[in-house]
Formats: sequence, C-alpha cells, structure tokens
Amino acid sequence: MGGIKDRVAIIGMGCTKFGEHWDKSAEDLMVEAAYEAYEDAGIDPKDIQAAWLGLQYSFGSARGTMLAHALKLNYIPVTRVENACCTGTDAFRNACFAVAAGVYDLVLVMGVEKLKDSGLSGLPVSYAPFWGSRVEPPVPAPVQFALAATRYFHHYGLSFEEGKKTLAKIAVKNHHNGSLNPRAHFQREITIEQVLNAPMIAWPLGLFDCCGVSDGAAAAIIARPEIAKSTRSDYVLVKGLGLSCGARQALLNDDYDMVHFEETVTAANSAYQDAGIKNPREEIDLAVVHDCFTITELLIYEDLGFSPRGRAKEDVDAGFFTLEGGLPVNTDGGLKCFGHPIGASGLRMIYEIYKQLQGKAGPRQVKKADLGLTHNLGGHPGHFTCAVAIFGRKD
Amino acid sequence: MMAGITSYGAYIPLFRLGEGTAGWNARIEKAVASYDEDSITMAVAAGIDCLNGMERQMVDGLYLATTTVPYLEKQGAAIVAEALDLREDIFTADFANSLRAGTQALRAALDSVKAGSAKQVLVVAADMRLPQPRSEFEAVFGDGAAAIIVGRENVIAEIEESYSLSHEILDLWRAAGDPFVRSAEDRFASEEGYLKILPLAVKGLFEKCKLTPRDFTKAVFYAPDARRHREMARRLGFDLQTQVQEPLFNKAGNTGTAFSLLMLAAALEEAKPGDRILLAGYGDGADAFVLRVTEEIKNLGSRRGVRGHLKSKKILPDYLTYARWRALIDAAPPARRPPLDPPSPAAVYRERKQNVRLYGVKCKHCGYQQYPPQRVCTKCRTRDQFAPVRFSDQKATLFTYSLDYLGPTPDPPLVICFIDFEGGGRMQCIMTDRTIEEIKVGMPLEMSFRKLHTVGGIHNYYWKCMPTRG
Repeated sequence: MGGIKDRVAIIGMGCTKFGEHWDKSAEDLMVEAAYEAYEDAGIDPKDIQAAWLGLQYSFGSARGTMLAHALKLNYIPVTRVENACCTGTDAFRNACFAVAAGVYDLVLVMGVEKLKDSGLSGLPVSYAPFWGSRVEPPVPAPVQFALAATRYFHHYGLSFEEGKKTLAKIAVKNHHNGSLNPRAHFQREITIEQVLNAPMIAWPLGLFDCCGVSDGAAAAIIARPEIAKSTRSDYVLVKGLGLSCGARQALLNDDYDMVHFEETVTAANSAYQDAGIKNPREEIDLAVVHDCFTITELLIYEDLGFSPRGRAKEDVDAGFFTLEGGLPVNTDGGLKCFGHPIGASGLRMIYEIYKQLQGKAGPRQVKKADLGLTHNLGGHPGHFTCAVAIFGRKD
Repeated sequence: MMAGITSYGAYIPLFRLGEGTAGWNARIEKAVASYDEDSITMAVAAGIDCLNGMERQMVDGLYLATTTVPYLEKQGAAIVAEALDLREDIFTADFANSLRAGTQALRAALDSVKAGSAKQVLVVAADMRLPQPRSEFEAVFGDGAAAIIVGRENVIAEIEESYSLSHEILDLWRAAGDPFVRSAEDRFASEEGYLKILPLAVKGLFEKCKLTPRDFTKAVFYAPDARRHREMARRLGFDLQTQVQEPLFNKAGNTGTAFSLLMLAAALEEAKPGDRILLAGYGDGADAFVLRVTEEIKNLGSRRGVRGHLKSKKILPDYLTYARWRALIDAAPPARRPPLDPPSPAAVYRERKQNVRLYGVKCKHCGYQQYPPQRVCTKCRTRDQFAPVRFSDQKATLFTYSLDYLGPTPDPPLVICFIDFEGGGRMQCIMTDRTIEEIKVGMPLEMSFRKLHTVGGIHNYYWKCMPTRG
C-alpha cells in the first residue's frame, strides 16, 4: 500500500475573506477564490482537466455543475463532495488521488459555503436521513462538543472555573492570531474576562468558545511534482493524508470516554504513517486544526500527539501553541476567528499552511515552517469524520 | 373465584403550583404536568408503577380513561399498551368524554373479568384538563394518573358489588375545539348534578347489598372541590374525620377521570385485610362500588404510589413557566432554527419497538447491550445475533451532559445527555423533570415516556431520562 507522500504538489491557492458576505453569492465567492489561485499558479483556466467541489449545505442545485457554471469549466468532470466539516479536505484528498494515480495532470479543488443566507442562528440542525422517526434529540454542534467538555472537566478533575479558563486561553490566542489576518472573519483581540463573562450557548461552552458561522470560499490547484516544477519553485508537497469515520461508538459503547476522539487519533496515525512522522510534537512545525469550539482544540492537542493525555492544559498555560510557542496552532485565527464556511474550511486551512511554508504569512509568519498539518473534525461524537493532512516544503 | 383489584399504581407529576410560585395567587398547591407530558405519558407512568414486579405478558386488556386524549381519531390505549410493552393480542379501548370514565373503565374491566373474556385488565385513568387562567377551575384542576389491575388471581381487594346511574345534565362540559371547561351556574350544577346524583347511586348500591355507612372503613368518592367533598361526606352519612379518604385537593388537585382511582390507590396504600371501601365516581351519572380488602394485600410489592409521588415534588418558581408550558403565552423561541419536520409515519411504525417500547438488543456472542438495535454488533461485529432487551425500566447513570440554551424547548435549557445503563449500553437522550443546579455527572437516572413534540398534527412520543424520583 503506497502512501501519498511527495506524489502531489500544490501550485496555486486562493481564499476569499471569510465573513458575512451579504453582498456576495456563492458564485462570487468561488470566482474570487479560483481566480486568485489561477493567478498564484500562473496557469490558464483552460488547462484544468478536472475539478472537485466541496460543499456541505446545499441551497438549491448542489452538483458539480455549480462550480462548472461559476467558472465556465466547460465539459470537464466536476465531482461534488460532502463529508461534514471534512468536506473541503476530503474534496482535496480525492483530487490528490486522481493526480497521484496519473489520471490528470492539473486539477482544481474548490470549497465554498454560503451560510448567511439561511436566516438561521448557527448551522441548520440536520437529522440523519434514515432516522425518519425524529426521536433523536436535536444536538446542534455546540452541544456535541459541550458533552466532551463536561466529561473532560469531570475526568481530569478540573473545576468549572479551571476548565473554562483553560478554554478561554485558546479563544484569546486564536483571536490574537486572527487580529493579524485581514482575511479573517473576526479581527479583534479579546480578553479572558470577556470569554468567561460571555452568554452561555451550550453549557459549559459560552459565546466565545464557539467559532463563527461565515460565508467564504477557498481553492487549490494541484499537479504532479514533475509538472509543478515547471510552474514555480516554491510549490508545496502533500506528505500525508488521513481520513477516519466513526461508527457511532460514542453513542453505543459505554466505554467510549469522551475525553478524546478516536477519529482524530486514527486519521492522524494514517497521515503520520504516510509522512513518516514518529514524534509529532517535535517534528511538526505548525498546525491549523478544527477549533469549532475551544474544547475541540484542547482535545485535538492530545489526540494529535502534541500534548500527553490529560496534560494539554499545561501546554496551554505555557503558551506552547501561540505564534511564538514551540508548536503554533491556528496561526491564521482558526475557525474561531477566520470563520467556518463548512465546505471551504479545509481548503482555508491548507491555504494557511501553504502560505506559511512559502514564508508569505506576513505578521503571522512562524520562524520555522517546513512541515505543517491541517485537521478537520465534522459530525457528532462517535460518528465524526476526521481528516488530517500534512504538507512539506519541496526541499 | 372472586374478581377484584390485584394491583394499583399512581402518577403525580413532579411539579406543583403552590406557595413559592411567583404569580400564583390561589391558596392551594396542585400538581401540574410538565410541558412534555400529557394524558398518554402520565397513563404510561401510572401503568409502570402498577405493573412494578408483575409479569407484563399476563395483562390481556388495557382500558384508558381520559377526557384529554391527544387524538380524536386514533386510540390512546394502543399507544399506552405499546409503551407499557404489553402483548399485542389484547383488548384495548378508550373510555372518554366523561369525568366518570375512570370508574366506567373499572366497571367494564370488572365485567370483562367476570365474564371470562379477560384474566387481567389494566385500567389506567389520566387527565390533564386545562383550566382557563384565573378561572375558578384554575385553583382546583390538577394533573395526574392512576392505574388498577382487575383480575381473579392474587386479588388484594375484592369488588363485591357495583351500581351505576346515567344522568343527562349540562353541569360541566367542554365542546369540541374549546380548550377550556365551561359550567352551568354553580348552585344549579351542584344541587341538581353532583350533590343529588352521586348520593342516589350510593343509595342504590347500599340497597342492593344491604349495607350502611357504618359497614365501611373508608369512603372514596369524587368531588369537584374540597367544599363539595365535605358536603358529600355529610350527605352520605360518613364521618369526615375517620371514614373519608383524603381527597388531595391541596396536594394534587382534581385530576379529572383519574381522581377517584387515585384516591382509591391512596386508600389501598393504607388498607388492612378486612377493610371495606366505598368507591364512587361522578360525571353524567355515577358509579359506585363496594370493595373488600383481602389478606393478599400484604403480599403486594412496593411501589411509588400516591405517597411516593406526593413526597417527591418541586414547586414551580413562577406562573410564567407554567404559562409557557401550556402555550398560554406565545413565547419566542430562543434562537432562529429551522421549523421541525413531522416524523415519517412509516419510520415511526417501523421503529415502534425501539422508540415506544424502548427495546435495544443484547449480542448473543459478546453479551453487550446496545440501543438502538443494531444489525452488526458495535463491539464484536457479529451480524444479526441478538436478543431483545427492554431498556424502559432499566436504571442508568449520567455519563455527560450539556445545557443547550438555544435549543427548541418551552423550558430552556434543553439538557442533552449521554447515559449509561446499569446492564450495559449507552443512550443519548434528553433529561426531563430536572433541576439544573442538581445535575451531576454520575447521578442516578430512570427512563420516562414523554411527548417530544407535536408537528403536523402528529404527537411524537419517546423516552427521556430523569433524575430518579424521590
């Protein structure tokens, strides 16, 4: 079984500002992201041989044709991918396989979401389509992760105050990083007191423990390394890809602990194996992870092997994950501040890693950026979809 | 063999309007069902209390008595029988439209058992009548349910005789489509209705079996309110202090069709072998019964009963909460969320065993219990080798929870839990009848049948967990 390492290169990327784009449609967002990527890659749109579209919530027509129409990708194959919060990364992953297989030379991956037209607070609460008796309780995203926060505090003996303060530090860090990023949805610094005093959304998670709901799009153009060489010198290589799907274990198995998510552990292991990573804490230079809620980021530190089990709090307290720390996480503000247009988020994360590895991240630039990781987690505890991707500089 | 009562059970909701409820001016305490309860769910709770320690497969009839059915066309008894996990080859019927439906169902059950068409009939009476705010009824109507099993074996109270009268009068009525009970002028309604007819029925019974008030240990009879109850005791010739069952007006309230059976359950809790009890129900006529308590009452297992349910209570903090629960005010939802879709009747039907009977499975290979039923075992991946397991009467503990302050509920926050069952298995469910400050990881829980929501004219029932009561 051959891994994906060094078989695919990113040669161009684009990403819109994320936020409440009352004056932009999904088409506008896709055109902006795609043309930035075209320009970055220095290619002619006509050279694109196939495309993948990541889109979670469909409003009307949501097929590959939606992307084809926006960009006038005339009569080439376009596949729509929907896989919860991993949608964007999974679209990217499938495109990588097509390129690595040698079927295409140059392909486009687009992730887009236009959430703010829905008129809803938060995300639409969706039921599994085959659970038609509607007896499953409504469990919106904040509740899903609050369930883990309650258990994590209990399991490790953190008082409510200690737990909340640890989580607050993660929100403060991500807001700081977001404040350095003109494309982030939120660009304001916040204080620990603001986080602690914010209204409760899903106890124990308050308003500032939750990420933004945003509109946005991000795009990547990928090619085999031999082709990448002819386009630019600083292309970025895919080093590892992992995807893991839960089978409702947290909901069925009374030994599922809810202080870690096995989907992250297994997806990361698979990507680490591809990339040949043995000690992620030491080897990975920076990570952009799925901080849909502050507690999620705390668990991710442990599940990705950045912090020992039960000890992520110590690393948070020590500032290990800040821009200046040993392993900066969510350098671009994360979902918390950059915002979370579901289908676009995975590609937005890759965009940040791509820019950091190229040394083009401006005031957010981390000192050493040779190996970066992205991570998405979508769905519901026990049946998450988790995607982990690892990227490296070409030399 | 004699026919009579073989078991009894009660259900009184946890919440009360009373002293300490802001905006509640009546000087009484009464039980109010939560927003997710109705006559069906309360009937199920009383039925479970009554069936405690009994073999549910032995029940071969279920009569549901209520004036507050959720469906005008669709049987309530069938839903209750399903939730109680009774057999399917049983006779079920609704007794409705009269406050006397409780004693009518009892009479019908007695006749069925005597005729031999059924061996054990479960009679469940439940009511949740909505009084018009600030009406005279608001200080009286309470919510609750009672259950009685009528049979021939292990009879704890033989029903020696019965007598009924039918009487047409407009004293109380609730027209189709009207949410509230209406009544005739007070003096007329009492004098020509209740105070006249119930004594006539009791007199008829006494003549039939040659008994007088002196022959009775306890008199259990319906009354519209506390004053009429005292007046009736006097008119029937019972000593109020020693011979009359306490009517619960300042505890549960007038629970409609359940009222006389609930008082009977309370009387049986204190009864001794040899006691003779008068039971009388009123509404469009009257039913009267003579019961004789047997030695068998000593062998009846423990249950929560009236006493247990009365002891475990929470006073609602304010009338506004009650008004929201009953949709007396149109409160805005806490967040903008998409409207609920109605359930698919096909899916509700297909999943009735797992949703209404709350059955999961136990893997025959590895022994692990799981809910809902799976095709492939979550632990050992063995395919289709499962035994059915009922979870509705299993104890559980709270594994983790969250309080959803934006969730769609008339009583925010919505408490979403993962619970672990005593015998293994986990379920994600809503916690009801909870006090937020008392919720703790590891707390003991029990399951309770509740109405999740009503969408598109469909009442969707399911189980929630709740802190173990009292």
